[in-house]
Amino acid sequence: MKLRLLKEFIIEKLIFLSGIASILFVILIFTFLLKEGISFFKEIGLKDFIGGKYWYPISEPERFGILPLILGSLLVTLGAIIIAVPLSIACAFYISEVVQGKAKDILKSGIEMLAAIPSVVLGFIGIVTLVPWMKKVLNLPTGLTALSGSIMLGLMAMPTIISISEDAINAVPKAYKEGALALGATRWQAMYRVVIYAALPGIIAASMLGIGRVIGETMAVMMLSGNAAVIPSTLLEPVRTLTATIAAEMGEAVHGGLHYYSLFAIGIILFVITFMINVIADIFLHRNKK
Amino acid sequence: MRTTTKQKIAFSVLFLSTLMVILPVVFVLGTIIKNGWQGISWEFLTSMPRDGMRQGGIYPAIVGTVYLVSLSIVFSLPIGVMAAIYLNEYARDNLLTRLIRLAIVNLAGVSSVVYGLFGLALFVTFMKFGVSILSGALTLAIMNLPVIITASRESLANVPYQFREVSLSLGLSRWQTIRHSVLPFAIPGILTGAILSLARAAGETAPILFTVAAFYLPKLPASIFDQAMALPYHLYIISTQIPNIAVKTRYATAMVLVGISFTMNIFAVIIRSRLRKKKKW
Amino acid sequence: MVTQTASKIIVKQLSIWFGKVQALKELSLQIHSSEILSVIGPANSGKTSFLRQLNRLNELEANFRVSGEVLLDGEDIQKLSPEILRKNVGMIFALPQVLPMSIYDNVSYGPRMHGIKNRGVLDGIVEESLEASFLWDEVKQRLKESATKLSGGQQQRLCISRTLALRPEVILFDEPCSGLDPVSTAKVEESMLKLKENYTIILVTNNTKQAARVGDRSAFFLMGELIEFDKTQKIFTAPADKRTEEYILGKFG
Repeated sequence: MKLRLLKEFIIEKLIFLSGIASILFVILIFTFLLKEGISFFKEIGLKDFIGGKYWYPISEPERFGILPLILGSLLVTLGAIIIAVPLSIACAFYISEVVQGKAKDILKSGIEMLAAIPSVVLGFIGIVTLVPWMKKVLNLPTGLTALSGSIMLGLMAMPTIISISEDAINAVPKAYKEGALALGATRWQAMYRVVIYAALPGIIAASMLGIGRVIGETMAVMMLSGNAAVIPSTLLEPVRTLTATIAAEMGEAVHGGLHYYSLFAIGIILFVITFMINVIADIFLHRNKK
Repeated sequence: MRTTTKQKIAFSVLFLSTLMVILPVVFVLGTIIKNGWQGISWEFLTSMPRDGMRQGGIYPAIVGTVYLVSLSIVFSLPIGVMAAIYLNEYARDNLLTRLIRLAIVNLAGVSSVVYGLFGLALFVTFMKFGVSILSGALTLAIMNLPVIITASRESLANVPYQFREVSLSLGLSRWQTIRHSVLPFAIPGILTGAILSLARAAGETAPILFTVAAFYLPKLPASIFDQAMALPYHLYIISTQIPNIAVKTRYATAMVLVGISFTMNIFAVIIRSRLRKKKKW
Repeated sequence: MVTQTASKIIVKQLSIWFGKVQALKELSLQIHSSEILSVIGPANSGKTSFLRQLNRLNELEANFRVSGEVLLDGEDIQKLSPEILRKNVGMIFALPQVLPMSIYDNVSYGPRMHGIKNRGVLDGIVEESLEASFLWDEVKQRLKESATKLSGGQQQRLCISRTLALRPEVILFDEPCSGLDPVSTAKVEESMLKLKENYTIILVTNNTKQAARVGDRSAFFLMGELIEFDKTQKIFTAPADKRTEEYILGKFG
């Protein structure tokens, strides 16, 4: 009996520790990024870092301005979102409100399959199909452009946006829709006059999470968008994103050098961006539940 | 225009949009299978790469990935399930619980390459595990935690509240109630979540870039403190860094990677649908 | 040996709150050994909160508060461990909640969890408990079958057996027949009447006729207060309080 109580005491303490482990890990991630990144900020101020127009980490003298990288990330993300958000919302409505039965199940598993394809595979497929095709059709010097990255990233963001939007649409009380239908509205009218407003916070949250996913995506974007660290002017030029910079350069950076620390500094920026996006998305999701 | 005509047009637009989401999936999978199956052979799956990866097979990359994901689940499953138990069975609606929820949301949102940086700083450098399977598995484990917690929690929440009341009214303690009257009925759902997280881990590249992955290492790892090749990293290398590799080798590697991921997903779906059929409460 | 009229449970000045809502107001009463006490009253009268206080299930609610005392055999139940209290004070819920396992495993669940492993002992407990709820003859051939296949009435009697398997002293029934047909209800009532020889029974019910049929004494609750508490016959034939009479005649509730 005593032994059992002791055992339960220990187990319940372990459960509590596991419960708060997530908090611990978030703090741990931030602390270790900071630990490695802080020495960079001692050398180079935040303003020169974020506002600097030139990223020449290994030339003499080195320049550590990430403005082109930030703009690269923004451009690719913008492109991806323009592609993904309308299609995903339309798809979510089609799946939850229009199609029924077996076709619905097939569509849903198709989207689950898309989510299950590893990012590096989509990157590879992009290289062998999309990139040469873009080069030829648009008559570009290279197919490795922001647009190529945007298209693949858009595809990768879709499962997230679709499934969360679908949840939001399904959470709309049936009475709203039935009320509209009872007043003689068509299903489509009920959808775009009633359902979409009720589901809006959830759909916004879904789009935010999609954006978060795109900004943080690494492999496909590194393989497809050309990696030129210059300030981009159009979607048809090669760009380099924050994530791709870390992934591509960490291998060459000398451990303990300024370049090494600068990549952690980029990591901090990325962490802060995704943190904010997720918090905002969570606020919207929470509002949807009430 | 008549409202029914409008509806027809609107639904057609929705249908076309859906098609534009689904067709790329069909295209990607079709392309991989069409070009990859010729490259797949017993030899390809079970032999070492040769000649700077241009010849031979991908055996060490497969083994490395299996080691990585198996070890990662050993860390993430117990912590994830216990965290889910805490949230669903013990936690009350207070500030701490809200913080935990927020932390989970953020763990799920952190960029995969940032996980790589974190693993490099904490496991490789600070804890001196070096670039090794252990460092990579720990990194992947933390990355997968949100998936396991969310799936397990949902599964626990689906066990009727009355089971707990009945169990407590029979004089069982709180832990006995969870252990014997709740957890057994949540296992299939937890398993589904665990397998899905494994599938995801198997395809991740960015978190293992700096923590475990070896560029070209034609031998099997001897311990968890060794570097290892891994399938997704291998695909990245051969499709961007090494010229003059037969296209079918690249496709075949992609096909194996997708195959592993899909097999695990299908497993998860089977468990989930069997659970739905069996459910009687 | 306790005498017939000894007080098994003494409730003193019991008040219960859930958040700002007071569910029970300074309730005092005594429950005898080997009697059936029927608790009647309309919805939100506090009768279920009262019942769930006797095995301390109320404290699962986050915003629950209590004052006053409940004595079981002279001992304050707050001073007992909840596990020991609940083992001695069993409970049957409104809807039969069998666990998704075999009939045998359902009945032997409590004893097994409390450390009885001997198969022979468990077999004995299962048979005895199923006998006591008049279920044995119906299920003895199929103890290994899933309990979820039983009918609603059988499930509820299985729940009674499951509680009896722990050999409690007090059994709480929380509207145990609310989901059952008249035939099943009669069987559950029959087992209650049989059980009171050895157990103290408290029955919360919405069905005043049921209270009249099985209760030795009855208590009428209204808005968290005990309005009247007397011999069942007295309550149902010559209630002292007008509100009791109105409730029994079906004027509200």
